[in-house]
Amino acid sequence: MTGYVLRRLGGALIVLFLLSALVYLLFYVAPGDPAKLACGPRCNAEQIRQVRGQLGLNEPLLTQYLHFLQGLVTGRDYSTGTGVLHCDAPCFGLSYQNDQPVTELLAARLPVTASLAWGAMVLWLLLGVGTGLLSALRRGGLTERVLTVFTLTGSATPVFITGLLLLMVFCAYLQWLPFPSYVPLSEDPEQWAWNLLLPWTALALLESAKYARLTRSSTLETLAEDHIRTFRAYGVRERTVIGRHALRGALPPVIALNAIDLGTMFGGAMLTETLFGLPGLGQLLVHSVRTVDLPVVVGTVLGIGTAVVLANAVADVLYALADRRVTLT
Amino acid sequence: MTTELDATPGRAATAPLVEVDGLAVTFPGAGSGDGGVRAVDGLSFTLAPGRALGIVGESGSGKSTVAAALLDLHRGTGARVAGTVRVGGLDVLAAPEPQLRRLRGGTAAMVFQDPLSSLDPYYAVGDQIAEVYRVHRPDASRREARARAVAALDRVGIADAARRARSRPHEFSGGMRQRALIAMALVCEPRLVIADEPTTALDVTVQAQILDLLHELREGTGMGLILVTHDLGVVAGSVDEVLVMRAGRAVEQGPVGEVLSAPAAGYTQQLLAAVPRVDAVREPRPAAAVRAAPDEPPLLEASGLRREFVRRGARTRAVEDVSLTVRPGETLGLVGESGSGKTTVGRMLVRLLGPTAGTVRYRGRDLGALGERALRPLRGELQMVFQDPVSSLNPRRSIGESVADPLRAAGELDDAGVVRRAKELLERVGLDPAWYHRYPHEFSGGQRQRVGIARALAPSPRLLVCDEPVSALDVTTQAQVLDLLGELRRELGLSMIFIAHDLAVVRAVSDRVAVMRAGRIVEEGPVDTVYERPEHPYTKGLLAAVPVLDPRVAGDMRRVRSAA
Repeated sequence: MTGYVLRRLGGALIVLFLLSALVYLLFYVAPGDPAKLACGPRCNAEQIRQVRGQLGLNEPLLTQYLHFLQGLVTGRDYSTGTGVLHCDAPCFGLSYQNDQPVTELLAARLPVTASLAWGAMVLWLLLGVGTGLLSALRRGGLTERVLTVFTLTGSATPVFITGLLLLMVFCAYLQWLPFPSYVPLSEDPEQWAWNLLLPWTALALLESAKYARLTRSSTLETLAEDHIRTFRAYGVRERTVIGRHALRGALPPVIALNAIDLGTMFGGAMLTETLFGLPGLGQLLVHSVRTVDLPVVVGTVLGIGTAVVLANAVADVLYALADRRVTLT
Repeated sequence: MTTELDATPGRAATAPLVEVDGLAVTFPGAGSGDGGVRAVDGLSFTLAPGRALGIVGESGSGKSTVAAALLDLHRGTGARVAGTVRVGGLDVLAAPEPQLRRLRGGTAAMVFQDPLSSLDPYYAVGDQIAEVYRVHRPDASRREARARAVAALDRVGIADAARRARSRPHEFSGGMRQRALIAMALVCEPRLVIADEPTTALDVTVQAQILDLLHELREGTGMGLILVTHDLGVVAGSVDEVLVMRAGRAVEQGPVGEVLSAPAAGYTQQLLAAVPRVDAVREPRPAAAVRAAPDEPPLLEASGLRREFVRRGARTRAVEDVSLTVRPGETLGLVGESGSGKTTVGRMLVRLLGPTAGTVRYRGRDLGALGERALRPLRGELQMVFQDPVSSLNPRRSIGESVADPLRAAGELDDAGVVRRAKELLERVGLDPAWYHRYPHEFSGGQRQRVGIARALAPSPRLLVCDEPVSALDVTTQAQVLDLLGELRRELGLSMIFIAHDLAVVRAVSDRVAVMRAGRIVEEGPVDTVYERPEHPYTKGLLAAVPVLDPRVAGDMRRVRSAA
C-alpha cells in the first residue's frame, strides 16, 4: 500500500512537470504580447520594452522556464521598479496584470470552485444513483422510461442552456432565488447554499444521467449474480436483498467514476462559473488566457492538473477499499 | 436402509417432510413452439423426516429445477409451475409471501453449488450467516446472531471459526466456502437441507470431507436431506433413496442399494455403465501390441522441470523437480488435485510456457535451446486439448474455421485443400462436416470438445496433451469423448499425456500414471500397480476418497476415513 502510494505520487509529479513544460511551450506559440496587454492601451513602444524587461520576457524560453522551476523550489525575488517583491516557495510567479502572487490568486479562488464541485457532486449522486436504482427495480416499466428521458435530456443539454433557463425561471420570473453571487461558507452558510443552489443543479443535471445509467446497469448485473439468489432462498426480504446486497455490489464503479468526475469538476466547471458569475478557478483560467497572463495560466493549469491526478489516485484507492478483492500494485 | 418411504406405517403420526405431486415446470423460451421449455414434467416423490433422497441426472435433466421448486424459487421469474409441493406441511406453491419466507431457510434450507459465487463478496462470511439467522429469529440480538454464526462455522469444521467468520469469501478456499454455505443452511436448524451439486467444484478429498460432514450432521440432527447431483458415486454413500431423472421425468426411483446394484430402467443401466470405475481392471487393449518396446528412445523426456511465478514480489513454486518420459504410442496419466501444478507441467511440455529450470527434450532435441523459428515445425507435432470447450473456442468463428486455422498457419494446403481437410477432421471426430459453418454456441459441451480435438489433430500431431478434456462433461458424454480419444490413439499411433483430477478417468485411459502433489511427482508407475498397490500415503488418501458405487463399500470407506 505504501509502495503503491509512493509510486503513484512519483507518477503524478512527472505528469505535472510535463504539463507545466507543455503550457510554457504553448504560450510561446500562441499569439498576443503579454507586455503590451499588461502595460495597458496608452503605453508607447519605450514603456512596453521596459515592461517586457521587468517581466523577464526578453530572456530565452528555456531560461524563463528554469527560473520558474527554481521559483517553485526556492522562491523568487521580483523588482517592481521601486522595490523588491519576494515571492515565497512554492512560487508560481506574479500575475503580469497586477503583480499579485499566483498562489494568492489560486488560494482565493479555490474555495469557490471547491464549494461548487462538492455541492454539485452531492446533488448528482442523489439524483443519479437514485434514478438508476429506481429504473433497475422498475425495469421495462413506465417509470424507467420517464426517468431515462429525464436524465438523458439533462445530459444532452449544454450547461449554458440549462443554466440560463434556470436563471430565467427561478431568479427572473418566479424570483424564488437570488441571482447567484458567491458568499463564503464561513460568512453565512445559509446564503452560501442559496446562492449556489442553481449552479449545483445545472451541473448535477448534466452529470447525473451518467450515474443513473451506471447504477442501473451495475445493479442489474449484481441482481443476476448467484449470491443474490442465495439470500432470496433464505427468506431475506426483497427490499433488504436490493438495499444491502445488490446496491453494495453496484457501488464500486460508481465511487470510482465519482472521484474522477470530482477532480475534473475543478477545472471543467468554467462554463458554469462564468455563466453564474462565480469567481472560481475556471473563471480565473479563462480570464488569464485572454490576457496572456502566463504565470496565472501555468499556476491554474497546474492546480487543476493536481486535482485531476489526485482524483484518479483517490478513485483507485476507493475502488480497492470498496471491493476488497482488488489489490493495488 | 430398507424402509420404503411409501410403505411407512402410521402416516398420520409421521407426516412426510416433503410431498411432491405432479410437479411440472415450464420456462418461457424461444424456438420451442407455444408452450416454452418444459424442464420438469409430472414428477412425484415423498421424503419422510430424517431420510435422505438423491436426485440424479445429467445436465438439463431438470434436477436443479426440482430443487428450486421445493422453495418456490421460480416465483416471479416467469416460469410456470404446476402440481403441488408440500414441505413441512406448507403448500409451497400457494403459500403467501411471509409464510414462504419463513419456510426458506427456516424449515428448509438450500445449499447451492458453485461456492465461489453463492456468497456475497462484499460482506464477511460470518455476517452473512448472522443475517440469515436474524431473518428467522427477529428478536435475536446482533451479538447473539454473530455467536450463532461462529458456532455454525465451527460445527462444519472451519478451524478458528471466531476469527475466520470475519473473513470475506475470497479469503476462503473452495472447500471452506462450501462448508460456509452448509453452515448458513444449518444456522436456523432446518428440518430439511437441499444440497444442489454441493461437491461438483471440489477435489475428491474435499468432496469426501463435505459428504462425510453432511452425513454426520444428518445423524446428529435428524434432518432430512435432498442431494441433487450428476454423480452417481456421490449419492451411493450419502442417501437412502435415489430418483433418477431424464428430460424432466423420473425414470427410476427406489432404495439406493437396489437402484445402483440392479437398475431396472435402461437409462440407469446406461448411466452406470458410463461411470468410469477406479476399481475396474482395464481390459487389455489391442493397442498394447503396437506399443513400443521399452528400449525404444522416448518421444518426450522432461527432466528437473521447475516453474516459479512471481506475484506481488512473492515467489511461488508451482512445479518443482518434475521428470517424466513418454514413449511413442504411450499414454501417461497425470493426476493431482487443483493447484498441484499438473496444468503448468502440461503447458511446459508443449512449450506454451517456458520452465524456470530443467529441460524438455522432444525426439532428442532440447526444446528450450531452439529459437521460436526452429521450434515452429515442431509446434504442430505437440498439440494441446483444453479443459473448457466453451472458452477455448473463439465464439465469433465458425467451428470449421477454428479447425482450419492451424492448417492455414502451416501454409501447406491451398484454400480448397484446407476446407476439405478441416471437413475430414470434423468427420473424424464424429461431427457432421456440413456443420462447418456453424458457431460454437450451437453445440453441446461434448460436441464442442470434439471440435477442440479436431483442431488439435489438424497439424497431424504425434503427442497430444489433454488437460482435463472431459471434466466439464456428463458421464455419458464423457465416455463418448474418452472412446474417441482411445480410437484416435490406436489409429493414429498418438502418444498422449492425459491430465485430470478424476482418478477413475485416468485409470481408464492411461498406461502409466504420475501422481502430483504441491508441484512434485510423489508416485509414478504402471497404472494398475499404482491403483492397486499405492505406495505413497498421498496416493492412498486420494484413492480412499474416490466415491464408489456400492453403498455398503461407501459406508465402510466412510468409517475408515472417520477413524483416520
